[in-house]
Amino acid sequence: MKSTSLLTKLTEATGVSGREDGAASIILDFFTHGEGREWVSDLRRDKLGNIILYKKGLGETPAKIMFAAHMDEIGLIVTDIEEGFLRFSSIGGIDQRVLVGQEVIVHGKKDLLGIIGAKPPHIQTPDERGKSIKIQDMTIDLGLSQEKAESLVKIGDSITIKRKFCQLKNSLCSGKAMDDRAGVVALVECLKRLKDLRHQADVYCVVTVQEELGVRGAFVSSYGVNPDIGVAIDVTHGEMPGLPDYEAFKLGEGPVIVTGPQMHPKVFEKLKEAAKCGNVKYQIEAEVTPRGTDAYAIQVAQAGVASGLVSIPLRYMHTSVETLSLEDLRETGRLLAEFVMEINSEFVGGLKYC
Amino acid sequence: MKELIRKLTTISSPSGREEQIRNIIREEIKNYCDEVKEDTLGNLIAIKRGGETKIQFAAHMDEIGMIVTDIDEKGFLRFGNVGGVSPHRLFGQRARFQKGTIGVFGAEKIDNIKDLTLDKLYLDIGASSEKEAKEKVSIGDIATYYHEFSDLGDRVIAKSLDNRIGCAVLIEAMKRATNPQNDLFCTFTVQEEVGLRGARTSAFGIEPDLGIAIDVTSTGDTPECERMAVKLGQGAAIKIKDRSLITHPQVRDLLTTLSEKNSIPHQFEVLPFGGTDSGAIHLTRAGVPAGVISIPCRYVHSPSEMIDLKDVEAAVRLAVAVMENKVEL
Amino acid sequence: MLKELSELNAVSSREEAVREYIRNRIKGKVDKFETDNLGNLLAVTGENKKGPKVMLSAHMDEVGLMVVGIDNSGLLKIKPMGGIDERVLLSKRVVIGPNKIPGVIGAKPIHLQEREEREKPVKIPSLFVDIGAKDKNDAEKDVNIGDLAAFDIKAGEFGDRMFKGKALDDRVGCAILLNLIENTYDFPVYYAFTVQEEVGLRGATVAAFRINPDLALGFEGTSAGDVPASKKHKQSTRIGKGPAISFMDRSVIVNQALVERLIEVARESGIAYQFRESITGGTEAGAINQSRAGITAGILSVPCRYIHSPVSVLNLDDYENTIKLADAFLKSIERKGLPV
Repeated sequence: MKSTSLLTKLTEATGVSGREDGAASIILDFFTHGEGREWVSDLRRDKLGNIILYKKGLGETPAKIMFAAHMDEIGLIVTDIEEGFLRFSSIGGIDQRVLVGQEVIVHGKKDLLGIIGAKPPHIQTPDERGKSIKIQDMTIDLGLSQEKAESLVKIGDSITIKRKFCQLKNSLCSGKAMDDRAGVVALVECLKRLKDLRHQADVYCVVTVQEELGVRGAFVSSYGVNPDIGVAIDVTHGEMPGLPDYEAFKLGEGPVIVTGPQMHPKVFEKLKEAAKCGNVKYQIEAEVTPRGTDAYAIQVAQAGVASGLVSIPLRYMHTSVETLSLEDLRETGRLLAEFVMEINSEFVGGLKYC
Repeated sequence: MKELIRKLTTISSPSGREEQIRNIIREEIKNYCDEVKEDTLGNLIAIKRGGETKIQFAAHMDEIGMIVTDIDEKGFLRFGNVGGVSPHRLFGQRARFQKGTIGVFGAEKIDNIKDLTLDKLYLDIGASSEKEAKEKVSIGDIATYYHEFSDLGDRVIAKSLDNRIGCAVLIEAMKRATNPQNDLFCTFTVQEEVGLRGARTSAFGIEPDLGIAIDVTSTGDTPECERMAVKLGQGAAIKIKDRSLITHPQVRDLLTTLSEKNSIPHQFEVLPFGGTDSGAIHLTRAGVPAGVISIPCRYVHSPSEMIDLKDVEAAVRLAVAVMENKVEL
Repeated sequence: MLKELSELNAVSSREEAVREYIRNRIKGKVDKFETDNLGNLLAVTGENKKGPKVMLSAHMDEVGLMVVGIDNSGLLKIKPMGGIDERVLLSKRVVIGPNKIPGVIGAKPIHLQEREEREKPVKIPSLFVDIGAKDKNDAEKDVNIGDLAAFDIKAGEFGDRMFKGKALDDRVGCAILLNLIENTYDFPVYYAFTVQEEVGLRGATVAAFRINPDLALGFEGTSAGDVPASKKHKQSTRIGKGPAISFMDRSVIVNQALVERLIEVARESGIAYQFRESITGGTEAGAINQSRAGITAGILSVPCRYIHSPVSVLNLDDYENTIKLADAFLKSIERKGLPV
């Protein structure tokens, strides 16, 4: 399977935080029945639904590396049903301004098409028109009666924006949930490369849940795996008008290796070294806190983990037209595989700041 | 049940100062379990054995309060909040300290009531000097709301129904569950109001297979209130989401199926704010599936919270159903 | 020792200078010491003794700035690390990175400011550090993206028993631990010199998990508000009134029996003490308290004025009395066991 087709399937799948089964089943299927079954030694799902893909290393006392990318996406949740219309609120950081006029899929007893509406501009006061419409004042129109709606939808059902994956010029592509299914595809790319490589370290590729709600999946999965090294793979802001160059990165210029207080300096250096060895173009970002990524949780698992963060540049984060370069995605996978090749137990011994 | 609720809400036991309520609860439950423990932070854990699966029930026994940070030369007290205390709800109310001292909240002169903040309020305990005040109260003492219990028939008004009502539900469920099919760790937790702290450490110690918190939730059935589907008197609420937790789908299904099978009135809850003990429990160690049985409650964190006994009965029945049903996840 | 510690640079996550200093001071005085994956330095005395495991902690890191970008003219864009009041940054000197490259934080001259501008604080995005570089390439020779900058200031005594310096939060805690480590107690004592406190109690979180003590006491430099214009009821501590005992902050409610023991010990030993009359801020005690199945944790502080700014001030009697109170507390454990 090409990474583009996996990315297409994954981003079009449903997996709002806490309800990730749609996206999870694609990954599980790929690694149990698909091409990927040859690439891993073992696979399991933990109690909160994180998928742990394990690839055994050759070392006698192998270093344990954990890579984490999250499969959950931001979305909406049904909070009430009123005259056939749905009231809803958000799951994760959604910009309410992008919602009005969107087509959505309500994941009830079956998938239902809905349209997000609000009070029409004609009957708004001039004062109201000057402000963005609040999410609690919007409704989803299912085109159904209250009775019919109640029989198909219940409070707590999740809702996603209806959006197909599409390819743009120059190997750029766009869709919803690229954050962070693109990171998941990078993990798959990494495992695909490791298949033919003789690496010492044990590799745990963890596809995490509930990142958008406060990196919850990473807290528990890193506790369970208890790795020596943990690297999160997530997205960062792509260059666009209005953003300073130190906070936004070029699409197509390779993965972004992140430094900052919560990234272990030796892991940061090793990632750069791996990139140089493998001829992977990369960019550097200095980040005061990785609070919004799985790296934040991994660092403080159990008695402490040497953590790192690799980001894929992406424009229009948390909208349904997130855009990134397929080239960056493949290069990220390649960087991770190169990194694995560089790690042995000696390196792990040296992480303890002697 | 009403008498138990009255008894539990009359006690002042703010976060970090739970000894009084803990003693009362221990007396209530000691004959209905196999073992009672208290852990480092002060969580009360009652174990009732009955099967393979370890279920932690958690009802927090602390309540919000006001902690004394300064006593001035005229005997007025300044204070900080312990948990979610709103200055507008305090103004003009009375407070009581655990040793019995009572006071009233006054405010400095302000032009606009919107500018009222906690540090513009003080607590007047009727002392006329620093010395007299210090005889009654020390810096670091914590007061709670002081308000009577009112019986309105099906409904009651009292302070600290958040979460003495959850404690009452768990106590009653322990009494009724004579045939448990799981190992039950009924935990009366501390310091929920300051960040789910007791639940976090107790769950680490217990290592449960499943966590169920019992707590109050807000309602959306009062005039021009924030939109919410939960209504007082419409049954136990099965939580879907709050700020701390998305209920594990298997736990949601378990609670829903048991409610349907036993004809227990129930409703679904999506709370746009707030957190409960299950938020901490589900992130314990390598993860614990968790959910919440909520009791609808109006005017949460005010001195006069209101609940409906029909909802309380439904919550008890649902908790008993979980206890007496062999749970396999 | 306090002067030496204060003048070392250890912005959160780059604590090596302080770690190295402490390592050299404790060599031969402890049963063993180790560092962990985050950089905490953990030492133990009386490891094989019976009795409760007591953990004492102080953080090595300080607030500072991070270089996040270099513009074409060679000026450095910065972001704060830890809780810095941006209004104190203008016209200060810093040193950057392992090679201690000197730089200054510039400001638009007052002559060129509009009247309204003078009233408003300058926001971080419009602040920069000037190292004298000709352009971006020139700056890149000396500075890397991600380098950390610390305030550049000499420490020393002044006034009457007063001491000034940067990073007294929490080098004073480190100094207290280094004093206590000279003593012997008849139970195991774990000394945790932690990292990354200022960016979210990261070091203490994993140190407590590793040590798993029966009781922990943290040592902090805490904010003193005893300056003119500050109302008495808004001052959390006062300089010269002795060590401050915390009953609660935003991260922990200290067990009452532990607070009472500290008070009792202070009275018995004739050491003046005060309460920290505030519940704001978070401390390592919070992270320790929430570790594993729960750990009793308290906090003792030395009052410091102008905390988190380029220069803070403490009273040397408060510092010495905090050491005395901590020692008396530990001895009380020998006599009476743990308070909880």
